[in-house]
Amino acid sequence: MDQLVINLLNGISSGLLLFMLSSGLTLIFSMMGVLNFAHASFYLLGAYFAYTLTGLVGFWPALLLAPLLAGAAGALFERSALRRVHKFGHVPELLITFGLSYVILELVQLVWGRSTVPFAAPAALEGPAFTLIQSASHGFSLVWGVAPPELCSAAGDICSRFPRTRAFMMAVALLMLLAVWLLLTRTRIGLVIQAALTHPEMAESLGHNVPRVFMLVFGSGCALAGLAGVIGGITFVTEPNMAAIGPIIFAVIVIGGMGSLPGAFLGSLLVGLLQTMPLTIDKSLVDLAARVGWIVDAGNWLYPVLKITLAQAAPILPYLLLVLILIFRPKGLLGTREG
Amino acid sequence: MAAHSFRFKPWNVGRWLIWGLFALGLAVAPLLWQSGFALTMLSQIGIAIVACLAYNVLLGQGGMLSFGHAVYSGLGSFLAIHTLNMASAGQLALPVSLVPLVGGVAGLFFAALLGYVTTKKAGTTFAMITLGIGELVWSMSLMLPEFFGGEGGVTGNRVVGKPLLGISFGPQIQVYYLIAVYCFVCTVAMFAVTRTPLGRMLNAVRDNPERVEFIGYSTQRVRFIAFMISGFFAGIAGGLGALNFEIVTAEVVGAARSGAYLLFVFLGGATFFFGPIIGAVLMVVALVLLSEWTKAWLLYLGLIFLFMVMYAPGGVASLIMMNLRVAAYGKLRRLWVAYLALAGTSLGVLGGIAVMIEMVYHVQLNPALGPQMTLLGATLDARGLDSWFGAAFVVLISGALFELTRRSFQRQWGDVQEEIEREIKRREALT
Amino acid sequence: MTHAIELLDVRKSFGKTEIIRGTSLAVNAGERVAIIGPNGAGKSTLFNLISGRFGLTSGEIKLNGERIDGLKPYEVNRRGLARSFQVSNLFVRLSVFENIRCAVLWSLGYRYAFWKFLADLTDANERAEEVLRMIRLDRRRDVLAMNLTYAEQRALEIGITIAGGASVILLDEPTAGMSKSETQRFVQLIREVTAGKTLLTVEHDMGVVFGLADKIAVLVYGEVLAYDEPEAVRANPRVQEAYLGSVSADHAAGH
Repeated sequence: MDQLVINLLNGISSGLLLFMLSSGLTLIFSMMGVLNFAHASFYLLGAYFAYTLTGLVGFWPALLLAPLLAGAAGALFERSALRRVHKFGHVPELLITFGLSYVILELVQLVWGRSTVPFAAPAALEGPAFTLIQSASHGFSLVWGVAPPELCSAAGDICSRFPRTRAFMMAVALLMLLAVWLLLTRTRIGLVIQAALTHPEMAESLGHNVPRVFMLVFGSGCALAGLAGVIGGITFVTEPNMAAIGPIIFAVIVIGGMGSLPGAFLGSLLVGLLQTMPLTIDKSLVDLAARVGWIVDAGNWLYPVLKITLAQAAPILPYLLLVLILIFRPKGLLGTREG
Repeated sequence: MAAHSFRFKPWNVGRWLIWGLFALGLAVAPLLWQSGFALTMLSQIGIAIVACLAYNVLLGQGGMLSFGHAVYSGLGSFLAIHTLNMASAGQLALPVSLVPLVGGVAGLFFAALLGYVTTKKAGTTFAMITLGIGELVWSMSLMLPEFFGGEGGVTGNRVVGKPLLGISFGPQIQVYYLIAVYCFVCTVAMFAVTRTPLGRMLNAVRDNPERVEFIGYSTQRVRFIAFMISGFFAGIAGGLGALNFEIVTAEVVGAARSGAYLLFVFLGGATFFFGPIIGAVLMVVALVLLSEWTKAWLLYLGLIFLFMVMYAPGGVASLIMMNLRVAAYGKLRRLWVAYLALAGTSLGVLGGIAVMIEMVYHVQLNPALGPQMTLLGATLDARGLDSWFGAAFVVLISGALFELTRRSFQRQWGDVQEEIEREIKRREALT
Repeated sequence: MTHAIELLDVRKSFGKTEIIRGTSLAVNAGERVAIIGPNGAGKSTLFNLISGRFGLTSGEIKLNGERIDGLKPYEVNRRGLARSFQVSNLFVRLSVFENIRCAVLWSLGYRYAFWKFLADLTDANERAEEVLRMIRLDRRRDVLAMNLTYAEQRALEIGITIAGGASVILLDEPTAGMSKSETQRFVQLIREVTAGKTLLTVEHDMGVVFGLADKIAVLVYGEVLAYDEPEAVRANPRVQEAYLGSVSADHAAGH
């Protein structure tokens, strides 16, 4: 039971991390029509920038500075390269961000090497946020922080820990969501962004510097990705392969509906849960068949497929969901635009 | 008897000439470059040509950007090698030369299966779907070792049974000629498709998918059929690869390979039919040779790609065609000095930057070897200030000179284009 | 008798806004109907509904007696209705000839064939040449569509529309943005190429309307205010009040 709770929380926190990434991507896509293929690269950059900055100024300043650096890099790219390609259409825009993803990956590997770097969480975020204890004698209880060892040592006691870094991830993600929503709906710049979304020429003729708005939006999206990178860096391993989260983000936004922020939220949570919850289920379709009395053995030609446990299949579940959504609801769950 | 109207249809000599030269080139290449290494490269180029042309059916002709092309060539490879193994085991009486066709059928099958869902959407969403399906298949490859062979992949032996007319496909040269035949036939076939109603409607879908629907065609159906054609030829390329390497590992369906197809078809030029052929050659040269010469090859590739997207989105093919047009009007001679200057100065800039990149790579990735390194015969101290100053100096001076020559070139190019436009108008007025 | 096009209480809402509010119209075969009305009245929307680009909220649309509401654009086109666009919607990287040939292919039954060569399709090629001559672009045969002048693009737009041999033609502001002389030539072109067909055209130029149309439908705020012969419409007081008043004053003043 407590394992279930922890798993659920893990899934939700993963989903919120995915949302931090997919929201930035959706903002850029909605505002500019550009799908930033290099979005996961800015996630990567955020983690590595934070790693270096933490060594220089400590984690908490790095938490602020690394996203800003990532955002600045994004804005610079928009200004120097992406802008030139706007006039060619959406496909070249996607292609140029595709090229950028290669370049960033190589540069990161060049500067920081190809293996993992020891980016550790600060002391305040080390250890569990809370521990759930399933005890044979005392029943179900919750202890903040680390549980004293005697509560876990008795036979039949199970202690499940929820890491502080993950709790921090959830908190930052929710704060970020709130901040972005407030920015877009309650501030002048947000209003300008909303206007430039649908009527860029009009917004420009009203005196707003639309190219600058675009640069700002692209930079902000990259900064959000960078922020996610800082959090991801301390929670997971910081390595060049972090950028592999990219395809999952794209699956998320297609599932949720391209260009829809609520859709990105829903899609992120769904995918986060899909990736995490099955990990505990070591059963496969063979086992399921056995329950209803149908024995599938190694001779059956479908056996290789059916013997895959749910836990093993976890990586492809988001993509299976993608295919299903495309068949039954091509617009995406909450989509409004036709991509 | 009524007189038939006389229709003069001259033989299109140019067309026969070009195809003839292509066939000749394929046939004669191994005689010009005779080393074993060259033969391997030529074989790989032949395979890559089929794969890249198949990719361009989607990209250049249909306007569909796919990030998952390797799925179809890769699945073709796997099915081909399994078929080969079945033939070796005597379970299937299939000549080895037809194994690539099995790959093609596999590619067609999977394109039909997955393509229906994929082509429901267009543009960026289509691209994302292909990416997702690519990841799906890649992840499945790790989960189904029975089919995908696990870590070691699936191996096979292309020598099956007795040799027919002395052909056993054991020696590489025989495999090369098999590849060459397939390459020629597939290229002709794909070119032929571009001259059919479907091929033309595919171009129409690329240019204006909405309008297509108002002239009676279902855009999705056109895309779906094109997807299947692309998958078929990709599968053939995969099958050829299975025969050539006699081993198929999971990376043939991976994102890196899909990315390589995209990168090099774009570099070669997606807007002309022969662009992907150039791209295929570049791909094999880069993946085989460049990766040997420098560790920074992927960085170079990424940067070149970025520049191409920004300044030459039509790829190498478009650059060639632009200059051919200038030559056709007899004006290329005027530009050669400018071209020479551009080439020289850009070489300086690129060379200097390359030296700096190489030095950084050397320091980062080969620390055990110490700071000394040799590049193109010269000894450099990667940590030494003078090497860095030297490189920076070269870059700056060349950069300044490049900018000067570029402006002059742009002026000359503009003049030439104007003259050509005037000439075109003059000729039009005459007809 | 079966009308060529019939609209029965057609309604279309975008979100909460009702753009077309219960329009009914019946056009007989061979008639030329001009649809006029102020900007935002829903004229283009009506065309989009008829041609299948948008779906209806309610009502019926019939083509030669058969219901076509809810069909995809290509299904509507295959039943004999073709439309042009207000902003030229061409295949920009194909030549003029190729543009027209594409428009001809389905009507000649070639469908998705990838086993026949275009060069061998004599009927398609001849029909395309014929249309090319009709729209007077035969001298620009091999020019890419994106390199044409504005008027040439509008002519090609019409060419693509009529090439398939549809019996019902919808032209959306065909003379938009043209000069006086170009407009006059165009009206003549339209008369020639739509001879014997049913024509619906959205127009703002009253000269064109009164010169070309057998009947005029006046669309204001998504409703048909009047549908009658030109003179009757001109005299209709409701129409004058809603739309025509200032325009006919301009006309009388000799614009």
